[in-house]
Amino acid sequence: MSIIEIKNLEAVIDTEESNTQILKGLNLTINAGEVHAIMGPNGSGKSTLSKVLAGHPDYRITKGEVIFQGKNLLDLDPDERANSGLFLAFQYPVEIPGVNNLNFLRMAYNSKMKFNNQEEMDPLDFDDFIEEKLNILKMKPEFLERNLNEGFSGGEKKKNEILQLLTLNPSLAILDETDSGLDIDALRVVSEGINAYRNKNNAVLLITHYQRLLDYVEPDYVHVLSGGKIIKTGDKTLALELEKEGYAIV
Amino acid sequence: MSNTQNNLEKLQNQKYKYGFTSDIETESFPKGLSEDVIRKISSIKNEPKFMTDFRLKAYKQFLDMEAPTWANVDFPKIDMQEIIYYSAPKTKISKDSLDEVDPEILKTYSKLGIPIEEQMRLEGIAVDAIFDSVSVANTHKKALAEIGIIFCSISEAIQEHPELVKKYIGTVIPSSDNYFATLNSAVFSDGTFVYIPPNTKCPLELSTNFRINTEGSGQFERTLIICDENSYVSYLEGCTAPAFDTNQLHAANVELIVMKNAEIKYSTVQNWYAGDENGKGGIYNFVTKRAICQGDNSKVSWTQVETGSAITWKYPSCILKGDNSIGEFYSVALTNNLQQADTGTKMIHLGKNTKSTIVSKGISAGRSDNTYRGLVKIGPNAANARNYTQCDSMLIGSKCSANTTPYIEVSNNTANIEHEASTSKISEDQLFYLNQRGISTEDAISTIISGFCKDVFKELPGEFAAEANQLMALKLENSVG
Repeated sequence: MSIIEIKNLEAVIDTEESNTQILKGLNLTINAGEVHAIMGPNGSGKSTLSKVLAGHPDYRITKGEVIFQGKNLLDLDPDERANSGLFLAFQYPVEIPGVNNLNFLRMAYNSKMKFNNQEEMDPLDFDDFIEEKLNILKMKPEFLERNLNEGFSGGEKKKNEILQLLTLNPSLAILDETDSGLDIDALRVVSEGINAYRNKNNAVLLITHYQRLLDYVEPDYVHVLSGGKIIKTGDKTLALELEKEGYAIV
Repeated sequence: MSNTQNNLEKLQNQKYKYGFTSDIETESFPKGLSEDVIRKISSIKNEPKFMTDFRLKAYKQFLDMEAPTWANVDFPKIDMQEIIYYSAPKTKISKDSLDEVDPEILKTYSKLGIPIEEQMRLEGIAVDAIFDSVSVANTHKKALAEIGIIFCSISEAIQEHPELVKKYIGTVIPSSDNYFATLNSAVFSDGTFVYIPPNTKCPLELSTNFRINTEGSGQFERTLIICDENSYVSYLEGCTAPAFDTNQLHAANVELIVMKNAEIKYSTVQNWYAGDENGKGGIYNFVTKRAICQGDNSKVSWTQVETGSAITWKYPSCILKGDNSIGEFYSVALTNNLQQADTGTKMIHLGKNTKSTIVSKGISAGRSDNTYRGLVKIGPNAANARNYTQCDSMLIGSKCSANTTPYIEVSNNTANIEHEASTSKISEDQLFYLNQRGISTEDAISTIISGFCKDVFKELPGEFAAEANQLMALKLENSVG
């Protein structure tokens, strides 16, 4: 069963400063239970793809369609996409001063429950629920009392993204360079978090520059994105080759 | 981008939910101000001579004064002869039992979400309610009286405790203080009086709700709170008004007197009608609030959440006279559409080791103007005085403005003064981040705003912090994206 089908997608960045086509006919289908990795040189459109799928207002779709679990994804607002089960772990999570992390997590969780006409979780039950997720990531409960990403180190921000992933349990997790800036221990913990999330009904799209994450989270497919489209697809050995030889081989 | 902008603009057009009028028969004076009107107000209230004299003196001073023009607000000259200076519900007012209060008035208050009922006692709040010009209900008076606390309308205090009123009224805000304060001293119609005897911690939050109901009427309330030695009181006021096309004047005076080792915590949630999205109608909120820390080790804390009014002009201030006294000012001022706010504080350090803290959060949306104006003054005898000031402004959209105008005057070189200021915008990336977690744009904005205001909201008593959050969300609905 497919989770997402991206068909011939073209998109431009559409801001006051820039109006450039970045995605130029991208095709990708991800099925339930699969892990896909997207690699590619800087400026190839990797981060754009993740933002376009999540509905960032700076990008405009000029062609193509995206079917997400039977819905036309591009018709949905960013919050509706999220509540329908699309999650993006940000490369640079923003700081939101004064907003308590725990309250934020509960708000996000309950937004999804409400959207799907399910019962919202009360604060006490949520405390138990979140404690379990914290344990997976070896995070201390004090983490929850801090303000959302405010003053977090790079590694803490990334762990907090994975905590959100585990909390929201989406059907598709897009991880945009979650591994960059992590030390070896943090990389392991984050990878364990991603693996704890995985099951046969959901899927992962990893955007990465480095092969090392793929040692922990093993991909079924590795794609090379270049010039706004996928130019090569292989299995995990492709990542190893790229690591050794560089993008010249594709 | 354009999506964001649309949402922003949508959020800005939120209807004022307290804009109803109540069908209550009122007794009003004709419009206009004269010595005769002042004598009439005084006589209808059966005031002693000292009070009549106080009013007349202020009136004479007022005749020589001009409306101040230094604030960063813009409005046509107010014709003081076009205002109704006294308006009261016609029904006889009971002081002892709510059963005798006009049910229409109670209905009004319940629409406002203010339950003036016995259950308030359970919540630990005693309420005085001012409707147009007079106080209509005062709960828990008896229970408080048993421990010597006086909590009543100022009219009642003038009758029953004239010695206290005479001793303190006008001592913090002299009748000649400023145009609007002087007008208030001449024509004030009612208000709240609180006296906390020595060694008493007031067991309830005291609360007043003000409401202007009659079109064209001014509301000139006067609040006087005295907290005697080693005592404590927390006081909260809330304000609403119906939506009228004409502007209404609200010129209140609040005087706080804090004795040795005593503390007053004064909180305001102001949601007067702000006018429509084109700036038509709304309250002119010209208020003078001042506290004196009379005794050593005394403390005053002002917390204000200003969300309403077409124009807000107020500077709750602290005169730190006693040694080691502390003044605090925590403020959130939100302006939207064509609202204008020029607000801040004055911290006057006179005693030794006096300390003041100012935390001001201004939020501007729509085409509004929001100014922080504050004075920190260290007198020659205020050795080791300290002040910390933090002024943060947040802009929503691109048509509003935020200004910060701090004045610092130091006459003692042992003073230590810190001032921090910042201006920020709600960034598209913050909104997108919260959207990506399934949170709607409106909820995302109110989340960001309440995070921004957290340092102030945490100073509000109990459930009012949550209320303030909801109010902010409501005022900004349809305003960002």
